[in-house]
Amino acid sequence: MSFLLKVENLRIELRMRAGVAPVIDDLSFELAHGESISFVGESGCGKSMTALAIMGLLPEGIGRVASGKIWFDGEDLVAASPARLRHIRGNKIGMIFQEPMTSLNPVYSVGEQIAEVLREHQGLSRKAAWAEAIELLDAVRIPNPETRATAYPFEMSGGQRQRVMIAIALACKPKILIADEPTTALDVTVQAQIFDLLRDLRRQTGTSLIMITHDMGAVAEMAERMIVMYAGRKAEEGPVDKVIAHARHPYTQGLISCVPHLVAHLTEERQDLNEVPGIVPGLAEFGQGRCLFASRCARATERCLTTRPEEIAFSDVHRSACWHAEGM
Amino acid sequence: MTSKNETGPLNAPTLSKEKASSPLSEAWTKFRANHSAMVGLFVLVLIMLGAIVGPLLYPTDPFELVWRPFSPPGADGFLLGTDYIGRDLVAQMLVGARVSLVVGVAAAIVTILIGVAVGALAGFYRGWVEEILMRITEFFQVLPTLLFSMVIVALFGASLLMITLAIGIVSWPAVARITRAEFLRIRELEYVTASRAAGATPAKLMLKVILPNALPPIIVQAALMTGSAILFEAGLSFLGLTDPNVMSWGQIIGSNREFILQSAYTVTIPGIAIFVAVLAIALVGDGLNDALNPKLRQR
Repeated sequence: MSFLLKVENLRIELRMRAGVAPVIDDLSFELAHGESISFVGESGCGKSMTALAIMGLLPEGIGRVASGKIWFDGEDLVAASPARLRHIRGNKIGMIFQEPMTSLNPVYSVGEQIAEVLREHQGLSRKAAWAEAIELLDAVRIPNPETRATAYPFEMSGGQRQRVMIAIALACKPKILIADEPTTALDVTVQAQIFDLLRDLRRQTGTSLIMITHDMGAVAEMAERMIVMYAGRKAEEGPVDKVIAHARHPYTQGLISCVPHLVAHLTEERQDLNEVPGIVPGLAEFGQGRCLFASRCARATERCLTTRPEEIAFSDVHRSACWHAEGM
Repeated sequence: MTSKNETGPLNAPTLSKEKASSPLSEAWTKFRANHSAMVGLFVLVLIMLGAIVGPLLYPTDPFELVWRPFSPPGADGFLLGTDYIGRDLVAQMLVGARVSLVVGVAAAIVTILIGVAVGALAGFYRGWVEEILMRITEFFQVLPTLLFSMVIVALFGASLLMITLAIGIVSWPAVARITRAEFLRIRELEYVTASRAAGATPAKLMLKVILPNALPPIIVQAALMTGSAILFEAGLSFLGLTDPNVMSWGQIIGSNREFILQSAYTVTIPGIAIFVAVLAIALVGDGLNDALNPKLRQR
């Protein structure tokens, strides 16, 4: 089976005052044509860094790909020239960001911003790009697209702006859409609308989706496969239904148990919410030769503190990097 | 635009400029509410009108000797009197306004062009580009401006072009620093990352994405720069570093300065004109600052 995107042993290093820390440590994964995967984990686990590395947008002078390969359509993006990456960005890989409020340029109307991408990558004329921009606004279900195209970002709600971002990202019909926490900043009802929209657009265009989130609900909603990240490493990977039904990593179990349940009968005393105790280790601890989750893990044993767990496969598709995975 | 149904929504890009909500019209609304800025604009427009149509309505040659020297204002039919060799001061003032304003605006443009180019490159590329450009900026900043511009004019000749360039060359560091600061701030914003993610080239990022957002303080600086360039030109003229064949307000002061005690009006009248013009420009610049500064803008 050929993959659209194949990341091999990716290691991304961040330069800090104290030295160099691997924010992404030996990460490998694949994305098939039309597939939808999701990266899950707390803040600071390296999810966004993975996305930025694929886009070639790691913070200049601070982050760099130390080793590994990112194969996209038979081409290694790590070795690609800046001009080549610019051509791929926005054209073959689109990206939407967490903060729709600040992701649009305040001085241009939204129609101009969509048209700009089309002119850049597809060489459309001003007029054709504008007409196409209106169609895209219609496709992302913005009412009255002709008039709304002339609106400036500050005249739009967060949900509408995220729709515009989606329109920009999908303008050139990319093969992959990367969505970095696309709904975190939005209301629940708007979240559901955006998910519906993304699902429909994906069905129509066959675009592969990489969604980055910390919301298990969003994963269940959108993704076919999920990769749980912890402290720059892959903790668990597998089909969403399998992982949620039977998580093979204590961190995944913790994340799943953290999702609050809606209870029909409210009692005076509410149940305590579940949480994963502790916090993600600081960057300085990344890359050590042990299980980085051990300090927060109830199952931690001597081996967890001395040796980095290897990935264990439970079927072709389900893997976990935990010394105790088999017992779970 | 040819068929009837096209005049509707498809024309939207042009429509947006008339919409009450565009950033520009929003700024204009704020500007109009600012009384002192509107007074400044009114005075500035008057001066510009005088400079443009004045010499046509009052066709006396400012270099022609029309009457005896030092005829005081109002006497002998000369509204502002005559200068030390008997030239009509009204004609001189009107023609001089042209030169003073043109030098002011042109020097401001030179300043902005150099300053924005240096500041944008430094703020966008950072690293060694920034280091080199900012060291150069600092070098120009520590040079004594008046002395340095005098050297330039003395070396390359006291033509209007050279004076304009000299003012620009000594003034750009402030603009470069403002532009760099804005670029440093804006380049980290999410919409710049989003534009990168959409495949924008560095040139496009600088000129079309970051620069329009960095403009407000630069526009304000340009307005203030125009005022100080007029002052600068007057200062150089006062010191005699000017083209004697070109009439400007500073030139009137400079040529009459030896007789400042006998006939103060020959120096006072252009002095007041410079004062009023620079004040008007400063008021407009201040109003622009209030109207364009995002920190003061309420949503």
